[in-house]
Amino acid sequence: MSISLLLEMAQDAGPDRTAIVDDELRLTTSRLSALADGGAGLIAAAGAGHVAYVGTGGALLPLLLFASARAAIPLTPLNYRLSADGLRALLDRLPDPLVIVDDEYRDAVGDRYRTMSSAEFLTSAETAEPAAEFADPDAVGVVLFTSGTTSRPKAVELTHANLTSYITGTVEFSSAEPDDAALICVPPYHIAGVSAALSNLYAGRKMVYLRHFDAQKWVELVAGEGVTSATVVPTMLDRIVTVLQTQNVTLPTLRTLAYGGSKVPLPLVRTALSLLPDVGFVNAYGLTETSSTIAVLTPDDHRAALAASDDAALRRLGSVGQPVPGIEVEIRADDGTVLGAGEPGELYVRGEQVSGKYTDIGSVLDANGWFPTKDVAYLDAEGYLFIGGRSDDTIIRGGENIAPAEIEDVLVEHPHVRDCAVVGADDPQWGQIIVAVVVARDGATPDAEELRSFVRSQLRGSRTPDRVVFRDELPTNATGKVLRREIVSELNQHRTPEQPAATQGAPA
Amino acid sequence: MIKNGTRLQSQVCDTQVIVVRSADSLDDLRIGGAPAVPIGDEVDANLALDEALADGNLMGKRYVDDAGAEVLVTKAGKGTISIGSTPLALKEAKPLPASD
Repeated sequence: MSISLLLEMAQDAGPDRTAIVDDELRLTTSRLSALADGGAGLIAAAGAGHVAYVGTGGALLPLLLFASARAAIPLTPLNYRLSADGLRALLDRLPDPLVIVDDEYRDAVGDRYRTMSSAEFLTSAETAEPAAEFADPDAVGVVLFTSGTTSRPKAVELTHANLTSYITGTVEFSSAEPDDAALICVPPYHIAGVSAALSNLYAGRKMVYLRHFDAQKWVELVAGEGVTSATVVPTMLDRIVTVLQTQNVTLPTLRTLAYGGSKVPLPLVRTALSLLPDVGFVNAYGLTETSSTIAVLTPDDHRAALAASDDAALRRLGSVGQPVPGIEVEIRADDGTVLGAGEPGELYVRGEQVSGKYTDIGSVLDANGWFPTKDVAYLDAEGYLFIGGRSDDTIIRGGENIAPAEIEDVLVEHPHVRDCAVVGADDPQWGQIIVAVVVARDGATPDAEELRSFVRSQLRGSRTPDRVVFRDELPTNATGKVLRREIVSELNQHRTPEQPAATQGAPA
Repeated sequence: MIKNGTRLQSQVCDTQVIVVRSADSLDDLRIGGAPAVPIGDEVDANLALDEALADGNLMGKRYVDDAGAEVLVTKAGKGTISIGSTPLALKEAKPLPASD
C-alpha cells in the first residue's frame, strides 16, 4: 500500500474538509490532493532520483510526502538547522536529488544541486501536468537521517508498507470529530513530523502547523483554532507549563496532549497533569526505525497511576505504556536470552511498521525479524514498558554497569533540581565516574553534597554521583534530546583538580 | 498467494479493498458474491450483486477471516466481503489516543 492511498481515502471521506492550516494558507483535502498530483508531475518531470526538503515544514511537509509518493520517488526532509557543510554532506548521500528549499536556506544548500524554492513548488504544483503513480508497497517512501548525537547520521529507509501499516494499525480511519484539530510543532525532518502528517489526515483531523515553537504562540493557537490534540517534546512541555503557571490561561478545547521524543522528567509530568486536569495525557515512545510510536501510555494509564496506592502502579507514570497493536517486544540479556518481568536488558521489537534498514548498511533485523533498539528497558508484571536510556550511555564504573536514568529519575525529584543529566566521565582509577550535571530551579542554590546524599538515601551506594556540577541549561537538540556526548567531552577536557574524583564515592 | 498491498475491486458494487495481510483463503475473495478482481481489470458485466451477500461494508474498516487474512476497505460499497460464501468479520480495534 502506498501512503498516497491514505490521502485518497481522506479525500473520499471529506473532500471539502479543511485538512491543513499553516498561517494564512488553508488547504482542503481535495486541494491538497490536487497539489500533490501537480507536485508529483513536477518531480517526475525533473527526472530526479530523490526529493530532499530543506525548510521549516508546515503545509510543505504533507504536500511533499504525497507528491513524492505519487511520483514514486523517496522523500528526505533535512534538518534546516544544520550548517551549510552539514547539509551538503547529507545531500551528497542522496541519489540525484531535487532539493525543495525555503528561501532562507537557499544559500546553505548552495548551487551544487537542482533546487526549487518551496514557494515556487507550491505555485507550480497548481498548474503542473499531474502525475499519479501507485508506488510499490515495498518501495522506500521516506528516508530520514538519525540525529547523529552519537555517531555519523544514519539514513533510515521507511517503506510505504512500514508507514501505512503503522497508520492503519494504530489509527481508526475518519474517527475524528468534525471539529477536531491537531497542533503540530514537531520538526519536519523528525519521524514525529512525518507520522503526524499521515495519522491526522487519516483520522480526519484538521492539522494546524506552528513552524517555530513559541510557548505563547502555541497557547494562543490552541484557543484560536480550537485545538483538541497536540504533541510536544519535553522542552516544549516545560515552556508551556511556565506560560500556564505565569498567566491565568486555560486550554478548554484541548482533550489530549501527547509527549515524547525523549524522556520527560516526572515532576514536569505531574505539574502538567495538575495544571490541565481535563486533558488526557499520552506518553508516546518510538524510534525513527520503527515508523514512530511503538508504545503508548494512555490517558487512563496516567489517571490510574496517579490514583494508585501500590508502588508498582504508581511507578507506571514513568513508563511508556504498552505496545501498540502489531508490535511485539522482547527484553534480551547480552547473551540473547529473553528476560522476564522486572529484568532490565536491551529492547527488541518486531512488527510491520519496523524498518530497521539503513542506506549503505542494510537491514539490522535478526533472522526472525527483531530490531535491536539499543535502548535499555524492562517490562513490569503487567506488561508496561520502562525505558532506561540508550545502552551506549551506560556508565561503567569499576566494572559495574550503571544506567544514568536510574540516578536522573531520583535527582529530578529533588525540589531544587529543574533538570539533570547523569553521565560517565573518564577516570584513571574507576574507568568512568558518575557525574551529575544539574540545572537548578529558578532561585534555588542546591548544594552538591546534599544532592549526593539525596541519591544515596534512595539508591545503592554505587549509584551516588562522584561529582555534581551545575549548569544554566543542558545542551539539547531540537527535539529535546540531551546531547550527552557534548557534556562528556566538555567534562573530560575540564577535570577540576581541586575535586579529584577518585577520592570520592567508593562503591558501597 | 496474493501479495500484500494488492488492490482489488468488486465486479458488482463500488467496493475497493487493499490486502493488508495475505492468506491462501484470499484466492477465493468475493465482494457482493462475485470474485474480486485487481483494480483496473475488466469486470464481467453479466455479473450481478447477490442479494444474500449485500450487507455492505464500511470505509476504512478492516475485515478478517479465521485464516489470518486481512483486507482494508478503501472504497465502500453494497456488497458483503466474503471468502466463498462466508462473510469476513469486521476487525474491532481498540481505539488508541492521538499520539502524533
